Amino acid sequence: MKLLVPVKRVIDYKVNIRVASDGSGVELANVKMSMNPFDEIAVEEAIRLREAGLASEIIAVSIGPAQAGETIRTALAMGADRGILVKCEGNVEPLGVAKILQKIVAAEAPGLVILGKQAIDDDCNQTGQMLAGLLGWAQGTFASKLELEDGALKLTREVDGGLQTLFLTLPAVITTDLRLNEPRYASLPNIMKAKRKPVDEKTPQDYGVDTTARLEVLETKQPEARKAGIIVENTAELVERLKNEAGVI
Amino acid sequence: MAILILGEHDNSHLNEATSRTLSAALEIGNDVDILIAGEDCAAVAGAAAKLNGVRKVLLCQSPLYAHMQAENMAALLSPLMADYETFVTAATANGKNIAPRLAALLDIQQISEITTVLARDTFERPIYAGNAIQNVRSAQEKNVITIRTTAFAPAEAGADAPVEILAVGEDTGLARFVGEELSQSDRPELSSAKIVISGGRGMGSAANFDMLERIADKLGAAVGASRAAVDAGYVSNEYQVGQTGKMVAPELYIAVGISGAIQHLAGMKESRIIVAINKDEDAPIFQIADYGLVADLFTVLPELEELL
Repeated sequence: MKLLVPVKRVIDYKVNIRVASDGSGVELANVKMSMNPFDEIAVEEAIRLREAGLASEIIAVSIGPAQAGETIRTALAMGADRGILVKCEGNVEPLGVAKILQKIVAAEAPGLVILGKQAIDDDCNQTGQMLAGLLGWAQGTFASKLELEDGALKLTREVDGGLQTLFLTLPAVITTDLRLNEPRYASLPNIMKAKRKPVDEKTPQDYGVDTTARLEVLETKQPEARKAGIIVENTAELVERLKNEAGVI
Repeated sequence: MAILILGEHDNSHLNEATSRTLSAALEIGNDVDILIAGEDCAAVAGAAAKLNGVRKVLLCQSPLYAHMQAENMAALLSPLMADYETFVTAATANGKNIAPRLAALLDIQQISEITTVLARDTFERPIYAGNAIQNVRSAQEKNVITIRTTAFAPAEAGADAPVEILAVGEDTGLARFVGEELSQSDRPELSSAKIVISGGRGMGSAANFDMLERIADKLGAAVGASRAAVDAGYVSNEYQVGQTGKMVAPELYIAVGISGAIQHLAGMKESRIIVAINKDEDAPIFQIADYGLVADLFTVLPELEELL
């Protein structure tokens, strides 16, 4: 069974986001970029399935600018087998991404597509569910545990009240939550080896997908900052202020 | 054209997230219907019909919808949307699971987790864990929207809208429910509690969370946690507050032993009053706290329990 793992290049999670003063977006110049952390979990899960003998090949896909090729190399260094870079300039919305992935799925016929549950830049949390809808496949979102049994997938997912377990028919789309696994670091030899792994370059036009944005971003602004508070001396003062000043207890 | 809300419930109680969703929907337009889909959930439809501003409630009962799985829910919703211009649901685990699948079936780019309605086609939504706010306008004929419940007040009850029975939709047969482990607690629900007390890695162990729970019981508060505390196994996933966990905006948020990573702040910085208790005076949590107490939580918590 082939596994398809879409990965997104985003601003590194440790970077403090700065909003451009003209309201056009966030500052991207000289900012450290990394693989979306949830996608690292997706790559790791795919590698574990292959290591357990349950998958034959892992294909990492990224849709974005030429530099998204680096994100694919990261996935290859972790252990993915080959890559597909779909080059496009500008922002591609989740629906556009899902439509491109739908075409790649048609060409590659994977048994599972494993994605991060959300990208930490736009916080949309849409692509996996959209892809499953377009394909007419089962979707296992916010996964914290995966078990493959006789052509079916037993999946535990994080829901509002706790955990839910489902059986999904294959093929299926999985989106990863934080507790699914801890992604490995790529070793130096594997980083070197990754440079020789094949990466196909494509464009949205190759797949006949129109990635024109449906939503117009009118402005990107800074959130209102909270007013600085005070440091209290001790617990008694804290309780007194919460009761008499803030009136919240 | 009309607006359809997907109601959030557990087959016996209507979740407050739905009345908050209704408030958001009424800012977008007037003809707002609520779909209650589930198993033996007529009482939930009755509760939804009482919310002020609802035109009618659609009730669809079948074991197919007992756990609101996305495959069958989207199959039910997709044809219904012929009569509606806008679909709105809360950004709960169910809403996040179902809405994008529906959006894709309708060829719509979804707008996730709006916090403000600026016009019927223009919305504010946080990006980058709330470190930036985007104004987005949709030129689409129809929209699929999820709302951040903490940004909208619940609609009041008092009305008596009609309840219409809806035929059961297609069974996709794609997913089968096996079971669930839901936390049992008499405390208020985390995302709607008036007071939340959360612990971080500084709590040191699962057993130490008992101290927070005793204080929560005195305050009528819900207990939350940072990702670090969940990853360390002190509490389970449903406690997590943050960018990828639950969003909370209570009257009072007490952060205990939480340093304040941006991913955590994203989930609680809209709280009215924030209290931080941490022995590290440089912890970023103090930068957004209304009241900070630089002290060892193991000294403070017993004192707090006694003083409340």
